[in-house]
Parts: sequence; C-alpha cells; structure tokens
Amino acid sequence: MNSFWALVRRDLRLAVREGGAIGTALGFFLIVVSLMPLGLGPDLNLLARIAAGILWIALLLAALLSLNRIFEADYEDGTLDVLATGHLPLELVATAKSLAHWLTTGIPLALLAPVLGILLNLDLASYPILVGTTFVGTPAVSFLGAIGAALTVKARRGGLLLALVVLPLYVPTLIFGISAVSAAAGPAGMGAAFLILAAISLAAVVLGPIAAAAALRIQLQ
Amino acid sequence: MQLIAEDLIVERGGRLVIDGLSFAVSAGEAMVLAGANGAGKTTLLRTLAGYIRPSAGSVRCEGGDVELTVAEQAHVIGHANAVKSSLTVFENAAFWSEFLGSANETGGHIESALRNFGLDDLAEFPAAYLSAGQRRRLGLARLLLAKRPLWLLDEPTVSLDVASTERLVSAVNEHTRAGGLAIVATHLPLALERARTLELVSLRMAA
Amino acid sequence: MQTLTQQLANPTRFMDLSARVLPWVAGIAAALIVYGLYLSFFDSPADYQQGETVRIMYIHVPCAWLSMMVYGLIAVSSFGLLVFRHPLADVSAKAAAPIGAAFTFLALLTGSLWGKPMWGTYWVWDARLTSVLILFFLYLGLIALRAAFEDESAGAKLTAVLALVGVTILPIIKFSVNWWNTLHQPSTDFTATVDPSMRWPLLVMALGFTLLFFAMHLKAMRNEVLRRRVKAMRTQAVAGRDRLATQPAE
Repeated sequence: MNSFWALVRRDLRLAVREGGAIGTALGFFLIVVSLMPLGLGPDLNLLARIAAGILWIALLLAALLSLNRIFEADYEDGTLDVLATGHLPLELVATAKSLAHWLTTGIPLALLAPVLGILLNLDLASYPILVGTTFVGTPAVSFLGAIGAALTVKARRGGLLLALVVLPLYVPTLIFGISAVSAAAGPAGMGAAFLILAAISLAAVVLGPIAAAAALRIQLQ
Repeated sequence: MQLIAEDLIVERGGRLVIDGLSFAVSAGEAMVLAGANGAGKTTLLRTLAGYIRPSAGSVRCEGGDVELTVAEQAHVIGHANAVKSSLTVFENAAFWSEFLGSANETGGHIESALRNFGLDDLAEFPAAYLSAGQRRRLGLARLLLAKRPLWLLDEPTVSLDVASTERLVSAVNEHTRAGGLAIVATHLPLALERARTLELVSLRMAA
Repeated sequence: MQTLTQQLANPTRFMDLSARVLPWVAGIAAALIVYGLYLSFFDSPADYQQGETVRIMYIHVPCAWLSMMVYGLIAVSSFGLLVFRHPLADVSAKAAAPIGAAFTFLALLTGSLWGKPMWGTYWVWDARLTSVLILFFLYLGLIALRAAFEDESAGAKLTAVLALVGVTILPIIKFSVNWWNTLHQPSTDFTATVDPSMRWPLLVMALGFTLLFFAMHLKAMRNEVLRRRVKAMRTQAVAGRDRLATQPAE
C-alpha cells in the first residue's frame, strides 16, 4: 500500500503546485450558479425552490471540466507506462488517482456549494443536508468520471466526448443528490434518498476503477 | 534468471509486425535490437513489457521471483521520460523510488542514483528548469532508483550528449555484470559488454 | 488464442453463411411487416379511449422493444470481444450501434407523436420517456467514442468497455428515473392491459421489426467485413510500394 499512498500524495502535491485546475473548476461553478438567476429572473421563492437542483447541476458541470486531468497528463508524459509496471495493480492506480481527484476537486466543490446556496436563497434548514449530499455524492462524480477520463485519454476531441460519455452515468447521482435535499423538507425526511446516494457512491468507488483500469490497459497497447 | 520469448506473433493496426520470433536472454547478457524504422523494435519492447498482448506466443521469466509478472520485474524506458515539471528533481526521483521499489530500499540510493546521472546538484530545482538532455537523464535515473533485474530501453540515448551516453552505457554494463538483463533498442553503436544483436526485419515487404 | 489464419477464416465463413441467410430474413421481415401494417390499420379496433391514435402503438412498441434488445446485443458482443477476442463480435457491436440508435430515436419520436393527442403535449417527463432518452444518449456515446480513435482496434475495445459499463448502470438509471418521476409527478399509467384484438397485430409487428433489425444488422456486418478487407488490402499495398523499406531476405 506504500505505493498507493505515494501516488495519492504525488497527485495532491501536483494539484497544489499546478493550482490552476481547481481554481478553474471553482470559478466555473460560481459563474454557472450566478448565471441562473439572470436567466430565470430574480424571484427568490423560485430560486429557493430550485436551488438544490441548480447547485448539483453546476457542480457536475464544473467537475466535468476537471475530469480529463485525471489521466491525461500522466498519459502524455509517459508516467502511465511506468505506473503500469509497478507492483500496484492498475485498478488501484485508478483508485488512487480518482481519490486524489475527489480530494482536490470534489471536496472544494462540495465546500463551495453551500456558500453559493446563499446566492440562490437556499432554505436555511437545507444547508446541512446539502453539505451532506455533496460530500457523500462527489465520490461518485470522481470515480465514475475516471471511467470517462480513461476511455477518452487518447481520443480526438476528448473533452466534448468525455461529457457525452460521462453525463448519462451521472443521472442516478444527480437524481438522488437532489431528492435527498428536497425530501428532507418533506415529512418523510431524507433517509432513503440519502442512503441510496451513499450506495451509488460506494458502488462507483468499486466499479469505476475496474472499468477505468480495463480502459487504461487498452490505451497502453 | 532468463527472459524467454517463444514464437511471438504481434499485430498492430491489422498489420503483422512480428511473425514467429523466439529468443532467450540470460542473466548478465545484453541484447541490442537493431533494424530499420518500422521494423518493430518499439512494438517488441512493449510486448515484452506486457503492454501489448501478442496474438500468439509467450513472454516469460525463468528463475526470477515467481510471484511477479515480467512487467513487475522490468524497468521500461520509453520515448517519454515520465518526469513531472512542477516537482523537483528529487521529488520526481523519490516518487518513482517509492512507487516502483520494494520497501527494503536504503535511504541513500536516491542521491546516488541522481549522482550517477550527474543530477545531484540540481536535486532541489523543479524539473521544469531542466534541459531535454537533463530530463532524459532524470528519466534514466529511474533504472537505479529501484532494483529490477530486467531493463527494457527504447532509444535511451535520445537527446543525450557523449558524456551522458557513456554514463548510461556504464550503468547498463554494471547492471549486467551484477547479473541483470538488458534489452536495448538503439541505432547507435553502444559499447555494451556481453552484448549480442538481434536484427529485426521489416515485414512490410514480406506481406 | 487465435492465429491470424483463424481470424481470417472465420469472417469468410460468416460471409458465406450470411449471404445465404440474408434474403430469407429480409423477405420474412418484409412479409410480416406488410401483414402487420394491414392488421394494425385495417383489421384492429380503435381504442375506446384513445381512438385511432392507438395505432401509433404498433410502430412505437416494436421500436421501444428493439431499442433495448439491440443494446443487449451490443453488450453481449462487447463481452465477446473483450473476453473471447472474437473478431466478429466487434463487427456485430459496431454494426448494431447506429441501427439501435435509430430505433431508439424512432421510439422517442413515435412516443412524442402519440403523446400530443394523449397528453396534449409532445413531450412529458414520463419515467419511460426519460429512460429511453438516456438510453439514446448512451448510444450516441458509443458511436462518438468509436469515431474518436485513429486506431480502430483500440477504439473497438474501449467502446466495448463503455457498452459494458452502460449495461451495468442502466438498471440503476432506470430505477433512479422511476424514483425521480414518482417524486415529481404521478406516472401515467401506460401499462393497462392490452386487449387481445390488439395483441396479435402487435406481436406480428414486433416480430417483423425484430427480423427487420436482424436483416439490417447482417447487411451492416457484411459491409463492415468488406470495408475491413479493403482497408487491409490498401494497407498492404501502401507498405508494398515503399521502395525505401528494407527488402526481405529471400
């Protein structure tokens, strides 16, 4: 497991040194959320009602921008070739890199989401639930995204293709992320939707790296 | 230990690149892969490293650690250097040492590997400041950062000057003298000891 | 492990066999569809609620059925390519994707046309429509991913990985869309039992459309095999005319 954590640490260090990517994703998140009231009108009641949906969609789009970074740089500079000769199975290499992506992009986006909730007049009681769902849901974003990133690492027009491939996979995450927030306001509470969201994230953490590793093996040929 | 390739058949993009190649390289030996452009040197090295699955035939190690695959016993130096510009020279080296090595490596080997390729004075600088040749040497330093018996080198002398090339050759010679194996694809005549040459012939015309 | 000769021999046998089977499949498909169209337009009752518009069902349901069956076929083919490296498996997956996408699009289109008289609008976010729409996106993803690679064999395997990811995640998508739908609006009850007088034309049409798909699929596979042969011949011709390339030792 030494090499697993070595890889995670290296990716975190690279993310901090190269900073730009996180900044771009956060900036994009902020701008998409700010554009929404401009398009929908300044009606605070309307905004409060759809705030959770806007935040989740903007978060997914912002995360999408950063996904190609998971494997692309390592592929281009030959690092991926060498990673494949390590004692660490490629599945765990993909896990380490997705984990690093979650730590450097998923968590900052999840932290920014409640702040942006203010702009959308999000109901005060919904804040803890929003924070809960974004923290529990963003692992699915990173680990499912890693599949798309691995599939498109060598592709022409990789960025647009990545969106087409990954966004359908995000449908369950999106639905249960928003359901949990809106159900919390209702009588039943958020229990079921929140638990299913957690289950989706756990499944993504297991299945994402398997599929991503299969794709990476093909890319290395 | 011995690396054995048997009846290798490899296709790339619907074209037959290697047709029924067999050879064995024993401990202490170096093998130079020669041949024109497109003769399949890179393809052969990538097949030996396990990236490419041959259509038929097999690659195996005999007498090595039975629990490890060929790839896990090999250092692969390809066209790219696997160097991160925003990490320092030392951090680059330390990462590969930790990732590729086994746990019982001693602490001083990173310094000595960098010294071997003349990079010890540059250790604290980000790799972004390195010249093409210096980056190549940092890539080559990986060979000494973790102990692995099989070296697969694809055009290792690219962007190296005469002195650096000599340094590489002596590193390969030391490696084979200590019982390692090396397979080197190159166009330059290198002064490798205990070396024989495998001439790859392009199959384009034969098809 | 397959040798090169086996790989070449296999598609050859396929070409022989498919050439003989194809006219029959196409002929039966045409006959069934003609008979089915007659049944659905002239020999079946109008619905007591929906009137004549119910006849859209005879096109819509077969298309919807094919949209799912073809994805299943692509998933099986992808598995065959990745696990058994069967050379025809990829030909099958590649040929099926655009046809499947077309049937999925037809299912959406006919569903939408049916929706206008039924629900008063061309599009409702009904759970089924939404799932089929996402299925359509998955098809587009498969086609686009394959088109994005210079190296066809890598593109084929990567597309196969995506197809298998898709088939694993489709039930979850379906489940979540159902959940989402019950949360937002009562689902339209589509599944009212079909009257026997409508069941027979529907069955004939479904069978006819399925055979139509297989006829198109066989034809597309044959085209793909031929395209690959042309490509292989060109590759060899180009290589053979390179005067600088090393002459092989005689």
